[in-house]
Amino acid sequence: MASANEEIFVELCMLLEPFNKVKATLSRKTDISSDLNIDSVSVMDFIMEIEDKYDIDIPLNMLSDIRTLDELTGVVEARITGVKA
Amino acid sequence: MSDLLQKHAGLAERHKQMLALGADAVGVRMDEILSPTRAIINGAETILAGTNNYMGLTFDEACIKAGIKAMETFGTGTTGSRIANGSYSLHQTLEAELADYLHRKHVIIFSTGYQANLGMLAGLAGPDDTIFLDADSHASIYDGCRLSGAQLVRFRHNDAADLEKRLARMGNDGGGRLVVLEGIYSMYGDRAPLAEFVDVKARHNFSLLVDEAHSLGVLGEGGRGLADEAGLEDEVDFVVGTFSKSLGAVGGYGAGNQDLFNAIRYAARAYMFSASSSPSAIATVTEAVRQLKARPELRDAIRRNSKQLFEGFKGLGLELCCDVVSPVIAVRVLDEQTAIGLWNALLTAGVYVNLAIPPGTPNASCLLRCSVSAAHSPEEIARIIEIFGDVCVPLVRAKVAADV
Repeated sequence: MASANEEIFVELCMLLEPFNKVKATLSRKTDISSDLNIDSVSVMDFIMEIEDKYDIDIPLNMLSDIRTLDELTGVVEARITGVKA
Repeated sequence: MSDLLQKHAGLAERHKQMLALGADAVGVRMDEILSPTRAIINGAETILAGTNNYMGLTFDEACIKAGIKAMETFGTGTTGSRIANGSYSLHQTLEAELADYLHRKHVIIFSTGYQANLGMLAGLAGPDDTIFLDADSHASIYDGCRLSGAQLVRFRHNDAADLEKRLARMGNDGGGRLVVLEGIYSMYGDRAPLAEFVDVKARHNFSLLVDEAHSLGVLGEGGRGLADEAGLEDEVDFVVGTFSKSLGAVGGYGAGNQDLFNAIRYAARAYMFSASSSPSAIATVTEAVRQLKARPELRDAIRRNSKQLFEGFKGLGLELCCDVVSPVIAVRVLDEQTAIGLWNALLTAGVYVNLAIPPGTPNASCLLRCSVSAAHSPEEIARIIEIFGDVCVPLVRAKVAADV
């Protein structure tokens, strides 16, 4: 059975699809902003989709520390755990 | 060492592509400004429909006279900040008269509208606080929020229920909470449903700031903006606005009733470390505020002109971004290439509008954004509609045919 972290990663890839205009292959190492060539507003829109999917908040000031999908997956996992705790 | 500017190569390339389509929509040169609604662009007289000059006061005789007198009396510039170099009596007169006009106890003026948001937001919120901002907020609001160091939560545009969900989810950690809205949003021309947000405010404790940059002079019986129109000024704790639109000059302000409001002067770096507005700008704004007070017919004119353009565009079958009449009327087009082509054709035909493209627009939309002025004549509005009909309607028809 896939780990919670892996399930989140797969879900994030699905949520990212509408924003992946360059049709880049997504991996944990994908740099959300530069590899996908998406602008700052689209990144925030993507984050909002994640927030609604998991019923969590990811404050905008956290975004500057998140570059890759792997880092984002980790943040989402931590926020979910935080909510449940 | 990497080339510092290399990160902007993509921006330069995008501009090059725009030029290849025959237009430099971000580098328009106006050689002569003939009136609030006319300029010479590319050697031709052009109707201006993208200036945000809502009241049309830029050539007002009394404003110009006041500006000249101030320059002759106080000189060309202040050469420093008010904290370090002192205030001119002009600044304090404007703050007092604007406070009176806005029905607020205190007003602080800033050197630009952008700085007003930087100064107010960073002056109000700090690292222990949380700011909830509308997703479609202006860049100056985003930048002010970031500068504050506060925790930032973005809610879905004009969606009070979404704000409420986020307020509940974040909980109350004991820090201050500030919700930021705009009177009229600059790209689509839609306004915040203020009563719905005030309703949320009754259940969740927060301070409310409304940026009335595009609604000052335009909305409300007294022209004080959205809160005036909605009859909810007592529910709005802080107001931000600009001098560069309805008031026809440059600068911005924050306003409030709190005893400690003026302490923002010593906390906001955008105020403290920036040279104060020039005497001529301050004097013209002071006169423009008097005009807003004394001439309600300006509000009638902008509402009449906005309605004429809105209905004219509707009649042409253009896709507008907002169902409510406002002086900001944005026509949605298919993509960036189409927008640039149409923008250029409109200018060639004699009307200047704003090209608005992502990321400066909501939902990655591409827009031909118009702003109406009280100074437009009915004939000018009719001509704008006619030109849009000639330039844009063939495209709309082609799209409809393709969809069928």
